[in-house]
This record gives sequence, C-alpha cells and structure tokens, in this order.
Amino acid sequence: MADTLLEIRNLRIEATAYPPGEPPQEIVIVDDVSLALEKGRVLGLIGESGAGKSTIGLSAMAYGRGGVRITGGEIVLNGRDLRKLRPAGMRAARGREVTYVAQSAAAAFNPAKRLMDQVIETTLQHRLMPRAAAEARAVELFAKLGLPDPETFGRRYPHQVSGGQLQRAMTAMALCPAPDLVIFDEPTTALDVTTQIDVLAAIKEAIADTGVGALYITHDLAVVAQVSDDIMVLRGGKTVEYGPVRQIIEAPQQEYTRALVSVRGVEHEEKTPTAEPVLSVKGVTARYSGTRFDVLRDISVDLSPGQTLAVVGESGSGKSTLARVITGLLPPSQGEIVVAGRRLGPDLKSRTREDLRELQMIYQMADTAMNPRHTVGTIIGRPLEFYFGLKGAAKRRRVQELLDEIEMGEGFIDRYPAELSGGQKQRVCIARALAAKPKMIICDEVTSALDPLVADGILKLLLNLQKIEQVAYLFITHDLATVRAIADSIAVMYQGEVVRYGTKSEVLAPPFDDYTDLLLSSVPEMKLGWLEEVIAHRRMESAGH
Amino acid sequence: MRNIPLSALVGLIITAGFFLAAILAPWIAPYPLGAAVGGVWKAASASHWLGTDGIGRDVLSRMIWGGRTTIWIATVATILSFGTGATLGFIAAVMGGWVDQAISRFVDLVMSIPSLIFALVVLTVIPPSTTVLILVMGFLDATRPYRVARAVAVDITVMDYVEAARLRGEGRLWIIFREVLPNALSPLVAEMGLRFIFQVLLLSTLSFLGLGVQPPLTDWGGIVKENKDGLVYGVTAALYPAVAIAALAISVNLVADWILNRTTSLKGGRGG
Amino acid sequence: MNVVAKLVAQRIALGLLLLLAASVLIFVGTNILPGDVAQAILGQSATPQALANLRAELGLNQPAYIRYFEWLGGVLHGDLGHSLTNGQDIATAIAGRLANTLFLASVAAVIAVPLAVTLGLIAVRYRDRWPDKLISAVTLTSVSLPEFLLGYIVIYFLAVQLRIAPSVATIYPGMSLFQKLHAVILPALVLVLVVQGQMMRMTRAAVLNLMQSAYIETAELKGLRPFLIIARHAFPNAISPIVNVVMINLAYLVVGIVVTEVVFTYPGMGQYLVDHVAKRDIPVVQASALIFAAVYIGLNMLADVISILTNPRLRHPK
Repeated sequence: MADTLLEIRNLRIEATAYPPGEPPQEIVIVDDVSLALEKGRVLGLIGESGAGKSTIGLSAMAYGRGGVRITGGEIVLNGRDLRKLRPAGMRAARGREVTYVAQSAAAAFNPAKRLMDQVIETTLQHRLMPRAAAEARAVELFAKLGLPDPETFGRRYPHQVSGGQLQRAMTAMALCPAPDLVIFDEPTTALDVTTQIDVLAAIKEAIADTGVGALYITHDLAVVAQVSDDIMVLRGGKTVEYGPVRQIIEAPQQEYTRALVSVRGVEHEEKTPTAEPVLSVKGVTARYSGTRFDVLRDISVDLSPGQTLAVVGESGSGKSTLARVITGLLPPSQGEIVVAGRRLGPDLKSRTREDLRELQMIYQMADTAMNPRHTVGTIIGRPLEFYFGLKGAAKRRRVQELLDEIEMGEGFIDRYPAELSGGQKQRVCIARALAAKPKMIICDEVTSALDPLVADGILKLLLNLQKIEQVAYLFITHDLATVRAIADSIAVMYQGEVVRYGTKSEVLAPPFDDYTDLLLSSVPEMKLGWLEEVIAHRRMESAGH
Repeated sequence: MRNIPLSALVGLIITAGFFLAAILAPWIAPYPLGAAVGGVWKAASASHWLGTDGIGRDVLSRMIWGGRTTIWIATVATILSFGTGATLGFIAAVMGGWVDQAISRFVDLVMSIPSLIFALVVLTVIPPSTTVLILVMGFLDATRPYRVARAVAVDITVMDYVEAARLRGEGRLWIIFREVLPNALSPLVAEMGLRFIFQVLLLSTLSFLGLGVQPPLTDWGGIVKENKDGLVYGVTAALYPAVAIAALAISVNLVADWILNRTTSLKGGRGG
Repeated sequence: MNVVAKLVAQRIALGLLLLLAASVLIFVGTNILPGDVAQAILGQSATPQALANLRAELGLNQPAYIRYFEWLGGVLHGDLGHSLTNGQDIATAIAGRLANTLFLASVAAVIAVPLAVTLGLIAVRYRDRWPDKLISAVTLTSVSLPEFLLGYIVIYFLAVQLRIAPSVATIYPGMSLFQKLHAVILPALVLVLVVQGQMMRMTRAAVLNLMQSAYIETAELKGLRPFLIIARHAFPNAISPIVNVVMINLAYLVVGIVVTEVVFTYPGMGQYLVDHVAKRDIPVVQASALIFAAVYIGLNMLADVISILTNPRLRHPK
C-alpha cells in the first residue's frame, strides 16, 4: 500500500436538519463508506442527488459545507488522518496536497480579481514557487487546457470569459500548485453538451499529463466512465457498488447499477406522420420586446395527433421560446399557430377557453409549477371545474380517476405538494394537464430535474398515457437519450432556427449537417473509450479539411 | 400553533395586553382623562401608581387613555396604508407594463422625501385632527407596503403555477386571490406589524412636536411633551411612554419575526 | 470606463429629476388645503383686510403653477423668499442653522459609521454566539424607540442624574471647537444610537451574504488563513454593500436630526422647520423641507453612484 494517496475508512457524516414546524433532526448523509485511491489514478463517485457524493469529496479536504459534521471513520491523506489535524495543518494540506474544482466556476471565482491572481494564489500562498515561475506554469496549464491566448488569458476578469473557459481556468487553478489529489465536483454538469466534451477531454488530458490523483464526482455515469479508473456507485449515503470501471460498466453486479447503465429503459416504436397535424407552426419569427434580434427565425414544424415531436437544442437555441409562442405568452412578429385546423390568436387574450383547453403544458420544475398552498385535489380539480364545470363529488371522483391513471392511487388527493417526492410532483402536473382533455401537451424539459430512474418512470407513464388518451406531445429537451426513447419526429434547433427536421429515423441517420453531427457525437455514450474515439475522429476530420 | 416559540408567545401576550388595555380604557383607567386629582408632580403612591403630572392629573390614567388614542390612530392608519399600498402593489405586479411603471415611479417620488418631513409640510396648512392624522400617516406610509406587496407578488407571478393559471385562462382576480395572495399572506402580515410600529413612532413624534394629537385628547407622545420639564427635577413621568412604546414595539417585532421565519421555507408550509 | 460614466451620469440626472419632482410635491403639499390657506393661517377671527394682505403676499391671486415657477425660479437663484412671521430673509436665516445641523450630523456620523461597521463585523465573526445576539437585542430595542424618547432617556440619566453634559445644546458663533463638541455630546449620542442599530444589522446582513459566496469557499479550500480570506476576497467585494448601508443610514440620520434638535433646543435646521410648522409659516417650511429632501436624495444618489463605481463587471466590461 506504499502508493496509496487517499484512504477513507468507515466514513460517517451527519448533519442537523431543520424541518419547518418540527424539532431539529439528526440525519446521516454518509454512512460507512470506505474507499482507497492510489497516486495518479482517478476514482469516479456517482449517484443521484442526495447520494452524499459531494460530501465525501469535500471530506477529503477535511471540509464540511453548512453545518455538516464528520462523526466517524478515518480520512487518511498521504499517511495522515485529516481528522486529527489542527486547523493550521488542514490549511497546509488544502491547496498543497489536495485542491478542488467546483461545479459552478462562475460563482467560485472572485468577481473582483483577475484570473491570473486567483489561479496562482494557492501556489504563492504555500510558497511553492516564485511568482514568475507560478505565472509561467499557469500559462502552460492554460495552453494545455485549450484556453484561447494563454499568454494574456490571466489578465481577464471572471465575467469576461465564457462558462466553459471558466471551468477550464478553475481546473488550471486546481492543478497549478501541483497537488497530489484533485476533487472534481461535477465540473461539466452546468455546461452545454457540445462544450462539455471539450472540457472533459481537456480535464482528462491534464490529469494524465500531470500524474495527479483525482476524485471525479458526477451524476452522469457515461461521463464518469470516460475519465475514471475505478467507480463507486452511491445511493442515500451508502456504497452500492465499488470496482474497476470496466466491471461497473460491462458487468454490474447490483440491480441499481444495472439500471443506471442501461440509461433508458423505455422502448418506443416510431409512428409515421399523418396528413392532418394537430399543431402546425407556420413561419414563426419572434423577439422579446425591447430587444433587437429575433430569438426565433422562420420556424415551421408540424405535430401529428397522438404522436411526439421532440424539439432538441442547447441553451439559447430558442426551444423554450418556441413553447412560449405556441402557448400565446409571446406573440410572434410573423407566422401563425394552427391547432386542430383552427388558427389561434397571437396572444392569450385573443384565444378562447376552448383554444386554451386543447393546449396544455407541463414544466421542468414541478416544484414551482404547483401552488404550494393548494392540495393535489385542488390542483387537478381546478381544470375540471374551469373547463367542464365539474363540482363536488363528481369532481372528486374524476380527480381520483386521474390519480389512478398516473399510478398514484388513493390517499394523495388531500396532500400538499411539499409532501410529495419529485417524481410524484411531476405526475400530479401530468394529471393536471390531462384533466383538461387536451389534444396536445407541451412538455418543457419535464425530466431534466429528475434523477435518471425517476425520469424513466415519467417517460414510460407519458408513453402509456399517449396510447390511452391519444394526446400529442411537443417534447422540449436538451437530452438526446430522451429524444431517442420517445420521439416520432425531431426538430433540431440551433441559434433560433430549425437546422434539421423530420421523422426520428431520418433525423438520426446520416448524412448529418455540421451542427447535428456535433450535437449527436457530443452526447456521452455508456461505453469505455468513447471520449478518445470522438476526439480522435474530430482531429482526423479537422486535419482532413 | 403547536410549536410557537417562547419569544413569539411573550410577544403575542404583551401585544394582546396593550390592545385589551386600549379597548377597556374606560373601565380600567382609575381616573378620567382630564381630571386633576392630586398634588402636582407627586411621586408614585398607592392611589397614583405612576404619580401625578404638572397639573395634578393621574399619570397611569393618562397613559391608559393615551395608549388608547395612540393604538387606535396607529391601527386605523396601518389598515389604511396597508389596504392602499398592498392593493396597488398587487395590481402593479399582476398588470405590469405602464400601470406598474406609473405607480412605481410615483412611489419612488413620495419615498424620496422622508415621511416625517412630508407630514410636517402637509400639517403646516391643515390643522391636525384625528381624521387628518390618520389620512396623512396612512397615505404617506402606503409606499412601503406597496413595495413589499409588489416585490412579493412579482416573485410569485413569475412562478410557473401562476403561468399555468394564465394559460388555463383564469381571470386576474382569481390569480390575485387564489394563486398570489395565499402565498404572499405571511410576509405581508409580518410587514403589517412593522408598519404598525412605524405608525406608533411617527404619531408619537408628531404629538411630541405639538403637531399630532391635540389637547384635551392626549397620546403617548403628548404625555412626553407635557411632562418633559419635570425631568430636570427628577420626575420620570416623561419616560413612561418610552417603556410603553418600546414594550409594544418589541412585542410586535417578535411576533412579526416569528411569522416571517415560519414562511421562509414555503415548500414545507402547510396551507392551514 | 464609458459604461460607468454613462451609468453615473444617468443616476445623477435621475437624482436631479427626483429633486425637481420633490419640489413640486412639497409645493403641492402646502397647497393641498381645499379651502383658503390664508384663512387657515390667520384663523377665524382674522379681519378681511388682514386676509387680503396675506393673500397678496402669498400670491394666492395667481394660479398655482405660476406661483410654483416663481418660487422655483427664486430657489434656483438662491432666493428662498421671506418668512411670513418676521419678514426675515430665509436664505440668511438658514445659512447659519444649516452649518450647525451639518456640524451635529458630522459629529454623529464620525462616531456612528466606524462603530456600526465594526460591530457589524463582530456580529458576523461571532455569528449566533452571544456577541451577535447582544447586538441584535440592542438593535431591536433601538429601532423600537422614537428619537425624542431616546433623547429624554439620555437627558434624564446623563444630564440630570450623572451631570455629564448639558441637557440644552446651546451653540453660537465664536465658540471654540472644543466648546461646541462639549455642547453637542448628548444630541450626537442620541443620533448615534438612532442609526446604530439599523446600520449594524444591515452591515451584518451584507457581509454575511458575501461570506456565503462560493468564492469564499474556494478561498477556504485553497488553505488561506481566515484573515487573508477576509482581506483579499471578502473586503474588495464588501466595500460597495457597506458603503451603501452607510449612505442609506446617513439619510435616516437626516430625519432623526429634526426631532433631536427640538429635544435639545439646538439651533439647527430641524428646530427651525418645526418652529415654523407650528407658526404656519409656509415659505420657511417649503424652503427647509426642500433642503432636507435634497440632502436625503443626494445621499441615496451617492450610495448608488458608489456601487456603480465599485462594480467590477462595469469597471472591466467585456
């Protein structure tokens, strides 16, 4: 065990929760977790939100966020138990032996100081090298991480560079003092998928070149499979499975891990478009008032009854704006929206109640989509009362029917949203949309905020309901795995335009346009060596051009 | 109400005590408001618990009657300022656009002059009567409830559930009363407590300056004015209102704090 | 720098516009009475001749907007009009009093600002421990008492019982600085108490908010000493919010000073204003209120300008 860099034994971490209106409770965040990391190797920590992965990562720096307490076990870094160190000793270890890369580099950089000063601060603080040498090393790291103008990059302020660049700068900041261990805490999660792949490749290369050990924390198994040597799967603060990356990906032992590896357990047979679309978007151009450029330019798509049109794009592509135009929240400057053969008014005021009923919406954040002061019964019952005049027992009966349809059953009708889990909340929102008996539902990133297994359940439910109710979905998402699972047709959006549109089999088959190619090839795949393949492929192509 | 903290409970009890004393003044005050019943500037005794003032009136009686005036005027002014401010705030938040702009800019303007100064300006030309005081205090202070109500409502109106209601085709009134108000109620009630305190302080200040409640009526500020000369001779009658105002203000603050804390995490809040 | 210059210019223009609008509001405020102002001023027993004279003097025979522009024109030329009660030139009468008021305000500010900021930082350092709780208890008490009552409490205990300082703050030309300072000890103390609570609490909130930023955590994870974290990472970002807090509270102080001057019969602007409100001396009230509003608007404007100037995003545009 001479090469062991970090060894965690029987780690237990607790915190005090303060639920409103109730006495404080002790909760266990990490329960009996043990792991070992050798020098120069990468261990991936993977799990859903609340799995305790970030807490474990920070414990390797003897740091606990917001009142978290390490109550048991040992954290041995370079042969010393961090728990036994005094504050001065901990400070000596932080920055020199172990450094940290945060999920949101935009928040983690001090807005008032130049990047270079922040990147070399640790190195100077621990007197590891003189300023000139530290700056030279930083420039070298900037170049290695693929930042533009590495010589002058450090003179900029954090708000002057892009999110992807900041994430790389933070990696440079972590690597600059030449630590033994770097904690990467979801470093690419906040990035768009086409940016993520570059940052991921840069991080992987930098780890290999500097020979540093790393803990790589993420919720995305496909990502962690690209950079890790070993993987630990966590759930609810406990270890589910721990082993070499090949075993976890190719021969998972535990059912939970198998579910994670299979990505989408949803199967769906593509339907061909019909002649009479339920929704026609015709030549829509739109801009927000007070701005000077069109966020949507000449968008035309159709959605057939009982089918699913997936609108795919990265942040800023205009896909959510398209939903606002269709629902009448943002009147288009040109073009029109036709639903079931009727041309709809441009804004809410000009639409009839019948127009509104036929077009329902489900949101990304179920939390904010339901009034916290209303019960499930009120939330689902309101459209019944509003559109169909149902009251009293009849309304309650219908609400219960809808609850049965979304597989929630008895006992939920009088609960408040705060008493439901994330998946249940989204189901209630689905029921509220269905209550209006709509012809189509706009689903805006409805699974993005959910953990993968819960998201799977929601997708299955949506597909089932589509068969029963013959409702059409306009499915807005950035996640191509979801698109593959449920779409009949696909529209790929980029910078306010539809760059590719057709049935799923057409859109996902070559030849591709440049953007779709980039987008499709950037989505991490659940296989070893995928990252290298893509990077090699891209280098070859750019050399070819 | 199960887990009401001690501080809030104390606050509630004391606040209730003050309001009860105000309501029951005719029955609990030992002497009538204007009656000279004893010697001048007498120390506390069994018949005059807080002593007597410069013309021999019972200070405890005057404190009770004065408290009744103070609390009554402050309460009505608060209701007025709150009713006006919160209504306009909700309207501005839900309507948006030029309505919001017009009201908000006007409120900015009124707030650019300190309330006390503006009240003094108006009271220069209008002789203070109870009605005038209530109107001036109520309207001048409506700016703050307006801002709070608007801010709270704007936060709520950008929530997806309000958008969902608009997409359903709900009317403005339904959105205000069923979607926004239940979620805005607690911060507004807390703010109402703070505005009440402010009104008590403003009224006392005006009365102290001789521009508030006029004799023969009196209020706590007036009692300070009447008895301030006694301080030099060591008579503390002028300081009793300080105790009363501070006790009332702190109690209301404690209650307001509790209401506000209860709602900081709306997610866990039960509709109730 | 262009963006910054533009924003600052905009903010100053807005301040001036606000001041102009405030002057309209003050003017309207003194003309708000539905009936006859002259009658209200002189009372029911006034002779018709006296009423007619007063109307002529106030220019009541002219439409309101003409009177407003005449008044505004005068103000812009430094002519604040004449007092109704004693015919004095208001500008002259105000000059000396304004200096006295500014003196008292400065003394209070010089003590209150560093004290409040320091105590606010102590509250942050010992968050949720006894120094923090003590500070918040004191804050709660001080915001629960009006200025005049604080004044009399201070008079009773410090002037009457302990005889530390005079209860009447007399000040006149020719006094030495030390004599002046001795005279204003108590009113200054009251003003310090008045603004202290809010200023501490707001400083505490501003700094706490900042200490919860992710970049402070980054600094901690770099292994920096607490002192360096505060000096290098917290302080540069704290200047703007703290300056903002200070300015807003100095604006409160402007209001507190009106009442405090009355309590201590201090010959300043506040006492002048209150005296003439009771005498229904409209020109004096208008002039004094305008000056108070100008100071108040000016301080709020300064707060915004400073926060524009210290914003790194604006100072170093993309």
